[in-house]
Amino acid sequence: MDGFGWLLLKAGIPWFLLLNMLPVMIFLERKGSALIGDRVGPNRTFIPGIGLRLAGLVQNFADVVKLLTKEEFIPNHVSRRAYLLAPMFALFVALIVGAVVPYTPVMHFSEGRELQIQALDSNLGLLLLLAVSSLGVYAVTMAGWASNNKYSLMGGLRASAQMVSYELSMGLAVVGLFMVYGSTTLDEMVVAQGDAWLGIIPKWGVLLQPIGFVLFLLAGFAETNRTPFDMAEGESEIVGFHVEYGGMKFALFFMAEYVHMVVVALVTATCYFGGYQVPWISPEKLAEPACATKVTVSILLAIVLAGVLIGLRLLKWHQKNRRIWQDSRKREGAVLALLLGFGPAALAALLLPLVWGSTLGANSAALIAGLVGFAALFAKTLFFCWLFVWVRWTLPRFRYDQLMGLGWKLLVPVGIANIFITGILVKLGIW
Amino acid sequence: MEKTLFLILSAVAIIGALVTVTRKNPLGSAIGLIVTFVALSGLYFTSDAPFVGALQVLVYAGAIMVLVVFVIMLLNLPEGELEEEKIPPRSWALAFFSVVPLGFLCIAQILSTKFEDKEPVGEGFGSVKAVGQLLFGDYLLQFEVVSLLLLVAIVGAIVMAKKRL
Repeated sequence: MDGFGWLLLKAGIPWFLLLNMLPVMIFLERKGSALIGDRVGPNRTFIPGIGLRLAGLVQNFADVVKLLTKEEFIPNHVSRRAYLLAPMFALFVALIVGAVVPYTPVMHFSEGRELQIQALDSNLGLLLLLAVSSLGVYAVTMAGWASNNKYSLMGGLRASAQMVSYELSMGLAVVGLFMVYGSTTLDEMVVAQGDAWLGIIPKWGVLLQPIGFVLFLLAGFAETNRTPFDMAEGESEIVGFHVEYGGMKFALFFMAEYVHMVVVALVTATCYFGGYQVPWISPEKLAEPACATKVTVSILLAIVLAGVLIGLRLLKWHQKNRRIWQDSRKREGAVLALLLGFGPAALAALLLPLVWGSTLGANSAALIAGLVGFAALFAKTLFFCWLFVWVRWTLPRFRYDQLMGLGWKLLVPVGIANIFITGILVKLGIW
Repeated sequence: MEKTLFLILSAVAIIGALVTVTRKNPLGSAIGLIVTFVALSGLYFTSDAPFVGALQVLVYAGAIMVLVVFVIMLLNLPEGELEEEKIPPRSWALAFFSVVPLGFLCIAQILSTKFEDKEPVGEGFGSVKAVGQLLFGDYLLQFEVVSLLLLVAIVGAIVMAKKRL
């Protein structure tokens, strides 16, 4: 039933998405830090000819060129094989973890064909995710050890001790989910979150497992070595496990961290915030042609409206830009207005008569349901990505002993208590 | 497909095991052991025991071996300080007499098993639910006894690590 092309879709889209979230995350980080620090952030790099700067998004291209053209320097005193393998392994683990997440609801096409964007449909789900991400520790330890440098060795030990400790509380948090949903499969969890109490309050994991959610999020922050738990790298203050790495090899660690962040955001959104579920509209209802048509029409109308408004706003900005810049950047406002504003608006306006008044076929309705589900998951994920950035530029760093104390003396007992309470409540039939 | 996977994974597991016992550098041995564990987990997956496979990676490769690697890294012996190991003839003899009968038994067992008349495993075999029901149903007593053993080990570790309680 599943042709090769469909398998490629199922495996390729998650991979493509995770890799392409990287520049978005870097952009978010830079602009977020600028916003919180009351600065402007990167705004100088532009594409020659059309002058697009995209508020600093283009800076990423310059970064890539810089990193790729940098000298590949390997210090003499390192253990070569492990030294080279460590950054690759870090990125490999980070990328492969995203395979178990269901990105869309099951789309039922005609002739009984089904498609769900999920690379690995295993009935282990979250367990597999925990298992694979636990291997990520080796990348850090290997990097620290292979560098043959006391400081990076200590940095590697620090980072891996932290990751191992917080893996435990993450596991404990997840057990609560298993008990509530009676399943380890991510897809079944998401389906269960489509229900609602009294038809109003969606049964999202965060409401069923509030303590578990906090535990999971804290452990996620520690697992990804992000502030307030980032003494693993602490760029300017502490020597981390990657002092001996430069150029693209360092960039691989960097990419791994950001991909890991996106994955944690994805899993948080999936397990605790309903995944691809849109509140109050189930994917089955969305896949009904009548409902799908309504949704499509309203989305298209919204695109037309928003496109025109954004386009006008950008044109106004263009008036100002035209006077300031002498080079191609003076065209930026106009190009952006066309690309982000009037272009999509015109496209949507062209499509609108096609759907207006008629009903979509079953295939297109299924596709629309899938796309809407994907958009819902993506929006939730983006919020958590932003949360990572927000926390980083808001909170100071923990001291290392405070971090370990928090992990072992607070999170683990709370996690066990959470399992206990959840067990009682499940047995009483409250959930 | 399954057969090729089995052959590849077995080969990787055996190579990892050989690396584990032949490396002079302890970290090399540890990495060999990790590779073996991961390959074993793959073997569990191919033989319809996904839960055991996941736990193999989660517990052995992800937790226990991390501790082993930790200890090796904390001691961090320089390459030159590793002693040349000499194997006395007596050890060879002992190894021979302990391994050969075991190997003989294994091979005899494998040869005498008739694989054709085994029934295929049912639906849901090896899933989390099936393993959990066995563990907390039929084998509850054994499970609890083993957990007691672990508790004893933990208490022992604390007593040894902390002289003054």
